[in-house]
Amino acid sequence: MSEVRGARPDEAEPAVQLLTPEGERVEHPDYAFTGDDAMVRDFYAQMALVRRVDAEAIALQRQGELGLWPSSLGQEGAQIGAAYAMRSQDYAFPTYREHGVTITRGIDPLRLLAMFRGVDTGSWDVLEHNTYMYSIIIGTQAVQATGYGMGLERDGLVGSGDPERDAAVVCFFGDGASSQGDISEGLVFAASYNAPVVFFCSNNQWAISEPSERQSRAPLYRRAAGFGFPGVRVDGNDALAVHAVTTAALERARSGNGPTFIEAYTYRMGAHTTSDDPTKYRLADELEHWRARDPLSRVRTYLERSGAADAAFFDAVDADADALATRLRRECLTLPVPSLAQTFDWVYAEPSSELAEQLARHQAYADSFEEAR
Amino acid sequence: MSDTAPAPVRTMTMAKALNAGLRRAMEDDPKVLLAGEDIGKLGGVFRVTEGLQKDFGEARVIDTPLAESGIVGTAIGLAVRGYRTVCEIQFDGFVFPAFDQIVTQVARIRWRTMGRTPMPIVVRIPYGGGIGAIEHHSESPEAYFAHTPGLKVVTCSNPVDAYWMIQQAIASDDPVIFFEPKRRYYEKAEVDTTSTPLPLHSSRIVRPGRDATLIAYGPMVKTCVEAAEAATDEGRELEVVDLRTLSPLDLGPVFDSVRRTGHAVVVHEAPVSVGLGAEVAARITEECFYSLEAPVLRVAGMDVPYPPSRIEEDYLPDLDRVLDAVDRSFSY
Repeated sequence: MSEVRGARPDEAEPAVQLLTPEGERVEHPDYAFTGDDAMVRDFYAQMALVRRVDAEAIALQRQGELGLWPSSLGQEGAQIGAAYAMRSQDYAFPTYREHGVTITRGIDPLRLLAMFRGVDTGSWDVLEHNTYMYSIIIGTQAVQATGYGMGLERDGLVGSGDPERDAAVVCFFGDGASSQGDISEGLVFAASYNAPVVFFCSNNQWAISEPSERQSRAPLYRRAAGFGFPGVRVDGNDALAVHAVTTAALERARSGNGPTFIEAYTYRMGAHTTSDDPTKYRLADELEHWRARDPLSRVRTYLERSGAADAAFFDAVDADADALATRLRRECLTLPVPSLAQTFDWVYAEPSSELAEQLARHQAYADSFEEAR
Repeated sequence: MSDTAPAPVRTMTMAKALNAGLRRAMEDDPKVLLAGEDIGKLGGVFRVTEGLQKDFGEARVIDTPLAESGIVGTAIGLAVRGYRTVCEIQFDGFVFPAFDQIVTQVARIRWRTMGRTPMPIVVRIPYGGGIGAIEHHSESPEAYFAHTPGLKVVTCSNPVDAYWMIQQAIASDDPVIFFEPKRRYYEKAEVDTTSTPLPLHSSRIVRPGRDATLIAYGPMVKTCVEAAEAATDEGRELEVVDLRTLSPLDLGPVFDSVRRTGHAVVVHEAPVSVGLGAEVAARITEECFYSLEAPVLRVAGMDVPYPPSRIEEDYLPDLDRVLDAVDRSFSY
C-alpha cells in the first residue's frame, strides 16, 4: 500500500494535523489550536528542554552513571502537546518513556534520573503533581487510571460545570501496550462507568523490536468504536494538533461525557532503551523518513518564518536547557543512596514484628563485619 | 436505640457475620466501597453482600464487568483518591487474572513511594473445597500471596472472627488478602458486636491441650477441633492453634505451645509442597528444636490439581488423617 520510502504501512490513515512537517499552519474541520504564539514558543522551549534532558541521560548511562534510560527522542510533540492540554487538577498516568509529560507536570527530572540510576523506584509524590509513577509492567496503568477517574466522579469533580474544579485523567500507553489485557479492561471499565479518562496511545511504531503491525491489523484508534466511545488519530509529531485533540478530549471527559481514545501517531527515533540495538530490526530509510517529520524542527520553522521568535529566543532556550543538563549531571552524581534498612520501612504502614526481627538479624550479621575490622 | 436496631448479640452464619461487618465498615467510613461481580442486586454468589447495594447505593456497592484485573486495578486508582475498596473475587480460582495487579502493583505501591502512598485495599477471596464444586472453585492459593512482600494475608475460621477481621482489614492502611473458607459460610455462632476483638494479626489458641499442637487456619480449624475432641477418647489432649494471620505470621503462641507439647502437626487444604505448613514447620524447628520429640508433620492437600468433586473427600485433610499424623508423631 505504501509507496513512500520509509513510511509505515498504515501511515496513509488520516490524522489530525495543524502544523505540517514544513512548518505551515493548516486548518482542520473539527479541531483548532486555541493557543497563541506565546504558547507555541513555550511548546518549543519545553520540547527542547526535554530533548536536552534525554541526551544528558543517555550520556550519563553511557558513562555508567545510570543503569538504563528509555529515550523519548522524537516523541516530544505528543508528550508536550498532551501535557500542556492538562490542567493542574487533571491526573496523569505516564509510562516510563513519558519524560516530557512528567517534566511538564512539574516533576524535577532529577527524580527520573534517580529511578534509572537505581537509588529509588521512581518515587515522586503522586499527589503533589497529580502524576502517578512510571508504569513498568506494560498496561497496568489503564485500569488504575480508570479507577482514579471513578474516584473523581464520586468526589463530585466531574460535570459540575466549574472549569476550575472539574477534572479528568490522561492514561498514557504505547502501541505495544495496546495488546495487553489490562488496556482492554481499562477501556471496558471506562466505557461502562462513563469515566473521565483520555486514553492516550503514543504509537511510536515499535515495541522494542516488534513493529506496530504485530500488535494490530487495524489502526489503533479504531478500537475505540468497539468499546463504544470516540477514537481519533492525531499527528503525534505536531504538538499543536496533539494539544487541540487532547484539549477537546479532556473537556469532554471533565464535563461528564466519558472517555476518548487518542492515537498519537509518532516515531521512536532512538533505541527502546540504552540496552537495545535497533539496527538489528529496522531500516535506516525509516529513520530518514521520520527525521523529516521531527516535532521540534517544524515548530522552529514556523516560529522563525512567522517572526514569532528570533535568534535570541532560540539561544535562550538552548542556554536554559544546557544549564538544566549541567545541574542534573552534578546532582545525579551525588544522589543519596538509601540503606537496605530504610526500604524495610516502606513496605507496610503498620509494621510487622516479623519483618523487624528479620532486619535485626541482618543488621547483627552486618555489624559483625564492622566489629571484625 | 430504635426498634429496628439489631441486638448487640446475635447468632449469625459466617456469611451473615461478614455482611454485618461490611455494613458496619461502610457506615463508619463513607470512603469504603465494595466492588465485584454480581455483588449488587444478587448480593454475591454466596450472598455475603446481600442488601448492601440497596442500602448504600450503586456508587458504593459496584457491580463490575467480568474482569478481575480491572476490579483490583480500578481499586488502586480509587485508593490514590483516598477510597478504601473491598474487592470481591467470586471464587479462589478466579483471582489469577488479577494476580499481576495484586503482586506487581498493590503490594508495592507504598514501597515504591517510600511510604507516601498507602494502599488500603481488601481483596476478599472465598477459598477451599468441600462444597462439591466444579474445577477452579475449590482452590487454596494463599501461599502465593503470603510469599509476596507488601501484602497482608488473613483468614477467618468462624463467624466471630469474620465479623471483626473484615472490619479490621478494611481499617488497615495496608493491602489485605482476606480468605473466607467457603464451606464454613453457613456455620453459626453467637457474635457479640460490642465486644473487643483480638488484633487482626494475631493467632489464637482455640482449644487448650498438653500433649500435641495442631496448627491450622480457615476451614481446617474446625476439622482440627473435631480431631482434638476425638483424641480425648484415646486419652490425648491436643492443643489447637488458629493462625488467623498468614502474613505476617504470629507464631509466638505456636512456639509456646510446641515447647510445652513437643509435638506439632500443621494442617491445610493447599498442596503440601512449599505451602504455609513448610514455613511453619521450618520456623518451629528454628525456634523449638530442643523441645521437639518428633519432626513437625504436615497434613495437607497433595501436589496434584484439586480433584473432581466426587473424590474431593479423599484429597481433603479430615479428622482421621489429622489423628493419623498425631499417631505418627507419637510413634517417632
